[in-house]
Amino acid sequence: MPEPLLRITGLDAHYGDFQALYGIDMTVAEGEVLAIIGANGAGKTTLMRSIAGLIGNGAGQVVFREEAIGALRADQIAGMGISLVPEGRQLFPSLSVEENLLVGGQAGRQGPWSLEAVYKLFPILEERSGAPSTALSGGQQQMAAIGRALMSNPDLVLFDEISLGLAPVVIKAIYDALPGIVGEGMTAVLVEQDISKALSVSSRVYCLQEGRVSLEGSSADVTRDEIGRAYFGIG
Amino acid sequence: MEWANAIIQGTLLGGLYALFAAGLSLIFGVMRLVNIAHGDLIVLAAYLGLTTSTALGLHPLAALLAVVPLMACIGYALQRGVLNRTLGDDILPPLLVTFGLSVIIQNALLEAYTADPQKMDAGALETASIAVGGLSLGVLPLLTFAAAVALIAALQWTFYRTPLGRAFRSVSDNQDIAQLMGLNRRHVFALAMALSLAVTGVAGVLLGIRTNFDPSIGGGRLIFGFEAVIIGGLGNLWGTLAGGVILGVAQTVGAKINPGWQLLAGHIAFLLILAVRPNGLFPRISG
Repeated sequence: MPEPLLRITGLDAHYGDFQALYGIDMTVAEGEVLAIIGANGAGKTTLMRSIAGLIGNGAGQVVFREEAIGALRADQIAGMGISLVPEGRQLFPSLSVEENLLVGGQAGRQGPWSLEAVYKLFPILEERSGAPSTALSGGQQQMAAIGRALMSNPDLVLFDEISLGLAPVVIKAIYDALPGIVGEGMTAVLVEQDISKALSVSSRVYCLQEGRVSLEGSSADVTRDEIGRAYFGIG
Repeated sequence: MEWANAIIQGTLLGGLYALFAAGLSLIFGVMRLVNIAHGDLIVLAAYLGLTTSTALGLHPLAALLAVVPLMACIGYALQRGVLNRTLGDDILPPLLVTFGLSVIIQNALLEAYTADPQKMDAGALETASIAVGGLSLGVLPLLTFAAAVALIAALQWTFYRTPLGRAFRSVSDNQDIAQLMGLNRRHVFALAMALSLAVTGVAGVLLGIRTNFDPSIGGGRLIFGFEAVIIGGLGNLWGTLAGGVILGVAQTVGAKINPGWQLLAGHIAFLLILAVRPNGLFPRISG
């Protein structure tokens, strides 16, 4: 069996005295779309931030392309090819749309994604390229946040709650763009509260509950009952 | 005509104050750091200019070729080695550390150069002047003002037209997210401090040509720099130039009324603007 692109073993994470993750074990295979579901406060965003290097990890190991990255800074991890689309978009408010995208490409990694490629994926961003990022609608901001992450030509993209707070038509537009992103050879981890959406685009799914993995399986095979038990801890 | 002369001389003096202030403004804009040692770093640059020009027999302006890169290196090392460790949610550590740095620089300069006032000899440049419409304008003040305008324009261009400027602004907006884009904030902050002290190098050498200096005058330069930054609006580079000019004009007009009122008039102008516009005349960095 080939070594997975990302292997997480026994990962703990803390916010001060509060422990948010308990012994997470997870693998992400190259080229797959992996979904992570779970209720609010289950630890999904913490897991994403831990992988990306924004939270100092406690016990456990994060291995990317057979290299331990748990002790690296976020900028070093970004340089190795992991990119995070953060929850809440978090564009740089003092930068224009195009400048936000260009900052994403500042790591200098080569690959299929460029300003032109991002504009082709999300044409509205080209129309609004000179506008301040704060002038965009929520959906446009999410597109810019995704484009910014793609500009670094990552091998692994972590999408944290990309549909949160957006109108259904915008969510559809973003999910319609996902195959074009993954088709470029990227691996994607998708944190999503919309379970049916997550299962429809992913090959495997993990469910987190109170900082622990409560379910792991094939997206096509997991049943509603299994998800109900893993999600809410009932049944 | 005498009043017009006072206003024009004050405007030109404002160029020097804008140079004092530009580095402060840049550092505050990028990392919200208030550098209490900024005035002493200006004086350090003046002494480095003096030593370079004396040891190598250079014109003080030629000494800029050595002082500016040297100050930039000091800035980078200072930020990476000391100041990055003080940055965080609490604003007190950088204030205390830069205050301590100010004391250390003053005492080191005192030890190395004694308390005797020094001055750089720029020869005929110091007294050269040109006549404009019945007024006599010093070449050195004109040069200083032109340097201030050119440097602020260059900083503005760097901020808004270059990848380095994008890095400065993105780290200033959100350090965590900038790190996710592959930007090492410690390196970016150190580059900002290097740029700030490079500008300070120019300010220090021009100060040392214009007037006497000794290790104790850093505090006064810091206050002029702060006043120019706050009058102009925190983090706004062109505002800093405007702030320097307003401060300079207030001082020369005050001195015209009564020679003893020069500094007082500048401080009063500062307080009046602070009372009316607490965020300065042109708050925030704007393109």
